[in-house]
Amino acid sequence: MQLSGNGRPSLMELRRGEHGVLDRIDLPADISQRLMELGFLPGSPVVAAGSAPGGDPRVFRVDGAEIALRRETASRLILRAPSSEP
Amino acid sequence: MSGCDDCALVGLHPVTTGNSAGVVAIIGPPNSGKSTLFNRLTGLRQKVANYPGVTVEQRVGSATLDSGREITLVDLPGVYSLSPRSEDEQVAHDILTGTMPDFPRPDAVLLILDSTNLGRHLMLAAPVLALGLPTIVILNMADDLKARGGEIDVQALSRQLGAPVVLASAARDEGLEGVWDFLAERSAPPAPVDASALETVPKCRAWAARLGKHASYQPPAPPLWTRRLDAVFLHPVWGPLIFVLVVVTVFQAIFAWARPLMDGVQTFITWSGNVVGAALPASPFRSLLIEGVWSGVGSVLVFLPQILVLFLFIGILEDSGYLARAALIADRTMARVGLQGKSFIPLLSAYACAVPAILATRTIENKRDRTATILIAPLMTCSARLPVYTLIIAAFLPERQVLGPLLGTRATAMLGLYLLGFLAAFATARVLKSSILKSERGAFVLEMPPYRRPTLRSLGLRLLDRSKIFLRRAGTVILAVAIVLWIFAHLPLVHGKLPAVEHSFAGRVGHAIEPAIRPLGFNWKIGVGLITSLAAREVIVGTLGTLYGMEPDARSRGLQQALRRDLTPAGAVALLVFFAFAMQCMSTIAVVRRETGGWKWPLIQFTYMTLLAYGGAFLAYRIVSALT
Repeated sequence: MQLSGNGRPSLMELRRGEHGVLDRIDLPADISQRLMELGFLPGSPVVAAGSAPGGDPRVFRVDGAEIALRRETASRLILRAPSSEP
Repeated sequence: MSGCDDCALVGLHPVTTGNSAGVVAIIGPPNSGKSTLFNRLTGLRQKVANYPGVTVEQRVGSATLDSGREITLVDLPGVYSLSPRSEDEQVAHDILTGTMPDFPRPDAVLLILDSTNLGRHLMLAAPVLALGLPTIVILNMADDLKARGGEIDVQALSRQLGAPVVLASAARDEGLEGVWDFLAERSAPPAPVDASALETVPKCRAWAARLGKHASYQPPAPPLWTRRLDAVFLHPVWGPLIFVLVVVTVFQAIFAWARPLMDGVQTFITWSGNVVGAALPASPFRSLLIEGVWSGVGSVLVFLPQILVLFLFIGILEDSGYLARAALIADRTMARVGLQGKSFIPLLSAYACAVPAILATRTIENKRDRTATILIAPLMTCSARLPVYTLIIAAFLPERQVLGPLLGTRATAMLGLYLLGFLAAFATARVLKSSILKSERGAFVLEMPPYRRPTLRSLGLRLLDRSKIFLRRAGTVILAVAIVLWIFAHLPLVHGKLPAVEHSFAGRVGHAIEPAIRPLGFNWKIGVGLITSLAAREVIVGTLGTLYGMEPDARSRGLQQALRRDLTPAGAVALLVFFAFAMQCMSTIAVVRRETGGWKWPLIQFTYMTLLAYGGAFLAYRIVSALT
């Protein structure tokens, strides 16, 4: 499996307080379905918030809620290239 | 409409007027205030928690309308959608579609959504309204929405959905008149839902966004207090420190601060037993009442204050929203043994009782993670072990200060036993997750709810509920065991007289198993206790109370002194270790069978824990004997 398809940045590349726009989710259907229900939809802005004290899992702000994701999950949520941001 | 099908399914309910509902389901996403609404409407005791997925059983209650008619309310699990992927969603889906066996299909639905996060929460409206059942949409947390400057046009949303909509605050009992009206005279089924909303999640979200726009929905400002608190509670240094401090405070509260209350209950039981005993003539009946029932049930009742203090703390942590942060902090540690942060909540609940803990595992989507959590939950030190631990520790360990007034020797010993159960649980998890329950490291997805102030009402209802469960148990299982034990300890008659305990049926059974438990340093009386405590752990305290209470020379010395005379320190340690590991609880076995769908796992679990208990107690006895 390719690392963050085509070298595109994932949520893991966001530093605390930074935001990006979600492009797609590189995960099996059932988990990506769950993530979409929680607000991780392609085109949604995501802000990196805090994290557990060790830095994993991390908390992201999306669609009015804060959701914690483990590192390996967050690295499969691929962001749009910054230029395509509105 | 589908009214006629419903009539047949709800035949058992007294539906007299055609236009009011018999069975009403409450559904909503996690943290929408579903359980608070359920409490408001029914007044029935119900667990409310500010943590995604605490309501895992379908609670059923009844609400009385102004007309005096009763309505059955069903509290469904919190779900984000009706596509059945987790157990919770399966349960909600099956009940709402009428495919749950032995469960009538609801006549109407109360859909409760968090008005402060409506864009996302409205997504659940699509599949729920598509069911075609009469539905009212309750936009909860209206006070919070207003305080943070959000707005919504309720009428416009109602027109768009084709269903009644109310803006309410279930916690403050505001705006619920519309809900009562709906219950009294349910509305027509809602208008058909835009078919595109049911196709994919992005289409559903777009549908919800359009609805919000038409209803001029103005989302509230971000919850500033939650962000400020998280900056502290999830701080790299303060976060873990506060986490440890919280755990230590809970333990200290249970073992030191609950003490005066427990002494009060003890004094009352002893005093009342003496008063009643003095008023009755000497007879086998007085012996049964005082030595059987009073001392048997009384020795367990003493622990009510301690159990309530524990549930009070768990309640505060749950309702405030801290527990979700604790799960986040614990995730990395849990991952080391192959589990995940979501296992933390069930395992913490298991410190109170394994039964609700095992039910709470339903929120874990990964089947193998869930089974592993169920299997280790009974190793966590549940409150039923407290009576046993407290008795033995108090009998064998003098109280001294270890860390100033904050921590004494007895609390330290107790912490050690908690640690023992914890280590056994985690070692077991590690073995399970690297062998028969091996799985890919699962995804950990957890919503962090905003912090909320726990209400006295919710905490009070919770404690009342716990007291009722505990007292019911004391009044049934423990009372029955006390009476049966008294009978077994007083029969057969020898020359028409009551026998000495040793020659009674109970004594004979104890003696029969004595060779098996002798290597652990236990005598036949402990043996009787081990057998009776198969029903529930704390029963052994009542049993020993009865067995020792019957010996004239033991009565005045108290149970602790009697134990000190009969058991070596090594035997006492072995007994503690035995109770730390053994699965002596019928309720747990029953709930594991139900949740894992067969006898396979409970049998494996019971065998494993019994062997662990025997082996551990044997080792402890040998080691302590060699040291002393």
